[in-house]
Amino acid sequence: MARVTAGVTASHIPAVGAAIDLGKTREDYWAPVFDGFEFSKKWIDAAKPDVVFLVYNDHASAFDLKSIPTFAIGCAEEFQPADEGWGPRPVPALEGHPELASHIAQSVIQSDFDLTVVNEMDVDHGATVPLSLMFGQSDAWPCRVIPFAVNVVVYPPPSGNRCYNLGKALRTAIESFDEDLNVQIWGTGGMSHQLQGPRAGLINKEFDADFMDRLVDDPAGLSQKPFIEYIREAGSEAIELVMWLIMRGALDDAVDVVHRFYHVPASNTALGHLILENHA
Amino acid sequence: MALEKPYSDVPGTTIFDADMLRKGYHLNQCCMSLMKGENRDRFAADERAYLDEWKMTEEQKEAVLARDYNRLIRSGGNIYFLSKIFSSDGKSFQFAAGSMTGMTQEEYADMMINGGRSVEGNRYKGEQENG
Repeated sequence: MARVTAGVTASHIPAVGAAIDLGKTREDYWAPVFDGFEFSKKWIDAAKPDVVFLVYNDHASAFDLKSIPTFAIGCAEEFQPADEGWGPRPVPALEGHPELASHIAQSVIQSDFDLTVVNEMDVDHGATVPLSLMFGQSDAWPCRVIPFAVNVVVYPPPSGNRCYNLGKALRTAIESFDEDLNVQIWGTGGMSHQLQGPRAGLINKEFDADFMDRLVDDPAGLSQKPFIEYIREAGSEAIELVMWLIMRGALDDAVDVVHRFYHVPASNTALGHLILENHA
Repeated sequence: MALEKPYSDVPGTTIFDADMLRKGYHLNQCCMSLMKGENRDRFAADERAYLDEWKMTEEQKEAVLARDYNRLIRSGGNIYFLSKIFSSDGKSFQFAAGSMTGMTQEEYADMMINGGRSVEGNRYKGEQENG
């Protein structure tokens, strides 16, 4: 049977992707960011996931304003990097896992979560930057990837509680798939940041530290945090953090913290990164 | 019953809700069209003519031409859609975000290196806003 072995969270800042693509990772500004992922690259090299279930948000790339799915699961064979205005990132296409994705869609939809099934979409920096951070540069990603897009761009986004419970449903779905697969679930985006208006540049280190603590120790309590608190305390784009709760819901109640990293700034954003493992 | 907006007292912040979406629908869809290289070329060749193809307000068109991102946000633009404009210009999110704060690019970049804008004084409208 497939099993969920670990969860990863990572911010997905476009400038981080640009730093990788332009060979700037050793520059003074960027080196501390990438140093935080040295351990992670070795860890994932040993962990060897067969599939990464990658929770991210589309930033007006695959979805425009014509239709706004709250939760969209990528069921395609392949997902190309999107052209976000400066040409697609020079990274490999994602190889999907249509059988597992369709199985998850069926199981989760019949467990009362309404997913949108997507059979064709390009993926933007939200999905490709975390892959680059964890796997480095290569000609092909070393595992299959199921991209799972969450709307956090157009209000209202899903609540933290909805996300946390969806994570639980995803785990049940994954672990009822017949094939023996090592599946990781990633929650990307965050942490504190605001990209718009006179309040742009907001960072709240105390909020971020508390969020990481409670994601590990008190995820059910954390899932009750209302939308307004993310916005007021950590900036309008910090709402991306609800995606971390999807990841957390798919893990055991008690987890091992294998790695924790936090750095300010990466462009406009506080970059946070966790690796959590289920007890074997 | 009117839509509840618990976020309307957050200073310097526009939440892209249904009202903003309606206001900015064509502006944002126009931005979205710049994901295609051929459209970027046509936009670069004659920005005004390109904007005139869309059902946008004059205010929105002028704000695009001026790259006035605060005005674009006010008139219904969403930052991720607007990013297609500044990406087409070869500019970063830090450039665009900084341009909305009234600071110079250098001052904004320095603020971020020094830990970003504090939340203290920036939670509610009417508080003393920290620079």
